[in-house]
Amino acid sequence: MPAISISGLNKHYAKVQALDHINLAVERGEFFGLLGPNGAGKSTLINILAGLTRLDSGQVNVLGHDVVTDYRRTRRLLGVVPQELTYDPFFNVREVLRIQSGYFGLHKNDTWIDELMAALMLTDKASANMRALSGGMKRRVMIAQALVHRPEVVVLDEPTAGVDVELRKSLWDFIRRLHREGHTIVLTTHYLEEAEALCDRIAILNLGKLVALDSKKSLMAHGIGRTRRVCITTEQPLGPLPENLAAKVRRQEGNQLELQLDKSADSVIAVLDVLRAHGAVIIDLNMEGADLEDVFVELTRRNRA
Amino acid sequence: MNLVGLYTLFYKEVLRFGKVLLQTLIAPVITALLYLVVFGHVFEGRVQAFPGVSYTVFLIPGLMMMSVIQNAFANSSSSLIQSKVTGNTMFMMLTPLSHLEFFLAYVLASVVRGVLVGIGVFLVALVFTEIPVKHPGFILLFMFLSSATLGTIGVMAGVWAEKFDQLAGFQNFIILPLSFLSGVFYSIHSLPEFWQTLSHFNPFFYMIDGFRFGFFGISDITPARSLGIVTLFLVVLSGITLALLKSGYKLRD
Repeated sequence: MPAISISGLNKHYAKVQALDHINLAVERGEFFGLLGPNGAGKSTLINILAGLTRLDSGQVNVLGHDVVTDYRRTRRLLGVVPQELTYDPFFNVREVLRIQSGYFGLHKNDTWIDELMAALMLTDKASANMRALSGGMKRRVMIAQALVHRPEVVVLDEPTAGVDVELRKSLWDFIRRLHREGHTIVLTTHYLEEAEALCDRIAILNLGKLVALDSKKSLMAHGIGRTRRVCITTEQPLGPLPENLAAKVRRQEGNQLELQLDKSADSVIAVLDVLRAHGAVIIDLNMEGADLEDVFVELTRRNRA
Repeated sequence: MNLVGLYTLFYKEVLRFGKVLLQTLIAPVITALLYLVVFGHVFEGRVQAFPGVSYTVFLIPGLMMMSVIQNAFANSSSSLIQSKVTGNTMFMMLTPLSHLEFFLAYVLASVVRGVLVGIGVFLVALVFTEIPVKHPGFILLFMFLSSATLGTIGVMAGVWAEKFDQLAGFQNFIILPLSFLSGVFYSIHSLPEFWQTLSHFNPFFYMIDGFRFGFFGISDITPARSLGIVTLFLVVLSGITLALLKSGYKLRD
């Protein structure tokens, strides 16, 4: 039985189709990445899973239970860390975690709460009011809130958005630990690097549609995430390029040329040599690692082919 | 039924207003006391609403009930709007709490605050004068039904409002005028006939009149009628509010 199964899921807001006939399954014990740019539909999908948003049609199950008709069971099985940093300013950290436990029907849960606070380095903040905590600390409390009821499936909606490098690393370590301990993890992110570092399998959403669903290895084997973007500015607008270079052009406008090069197979020096031999005078050069946009370009190109 | 969940949300709501007692309990008692001193001083000996009852004593149950009404409403409505504005309603929405448990927790916490404020006004008033208590059961029953009704209206308003301004409008243009014009300061028999008739359309009038009967054994209309109307009002409003919560109106999109 999959941890999460989604079939024929549709959701629209006014004229926007936020999710368009989504079908996917996340297996138990998997580390699953849900990627997509802002507005792709990732949070809508997570919110439907969590019961924060109502679906238009389709079916969403958590460990075989329907999130609409059997919501009490699915919410006990799910721990969701929402994307937005929110907190209740009336209470301290321990009160917040006790209250959250109580909502799930757990009256005496202090042993687990203490363990969670220790794991998330919150022990010395147990009596601190939520208002007094830094953004990073608040984010950790939100993670603890999602785990107070020991859910089997943990969903983290962009947990590292807007956090500093150090906290991002410690969050990654903590999420890896949860996975090692047997939790199914669903992570949404718009950082390709994050999905690459953590996830076994990746789904990519764009404009509410599922554009890719494959193992990380398979996606990488197809070149996704193995390219770099090179932007070249020349003194004069370039004419037609040699055939072997033209295949790598992403954009060409006036004296601006944008190429997508394979990190291992293509040499930037060789490309520059070809351009110079073609008469170009290069005045500027920029290189960037592949981002999601490259992945989409590549996927779109592949779909067209 | 998730009884631990219900109790936790109820406890959280009580703890919340307990953390700001100055604002939620002490301030309303002092406000009622000021009304008592000013109106009692001005009208004592000039107005007799009920036979054999001095104006100051007549005023006390009215002020108690007005405080119950306003504070029970404020409790659920302000807690909900604060949670909505800060976004932390999400932490309740992610849990197995049902709409019924959610509703009961908010309403019962409003009852606790309303009743505590009512008792506070009573105890402070005892310092100034003796107050007869003819039917304590009626007093408690009306205090419970009225605070539950206003807690329910507070849940509706808190769910509906998207900003503090809208909630303040609801409080200032609906709750406050209806509570002032419900017979807190007068018996409706002292009003011209038109205003007497109009008062019968104000549900708060029945809360105050039935409550007063508990103290004096005298009322403008029969206490059974007041009890029936207040109960009906609570049942109808609870039904509407539960339907709103079940639909996810403004809580789940």
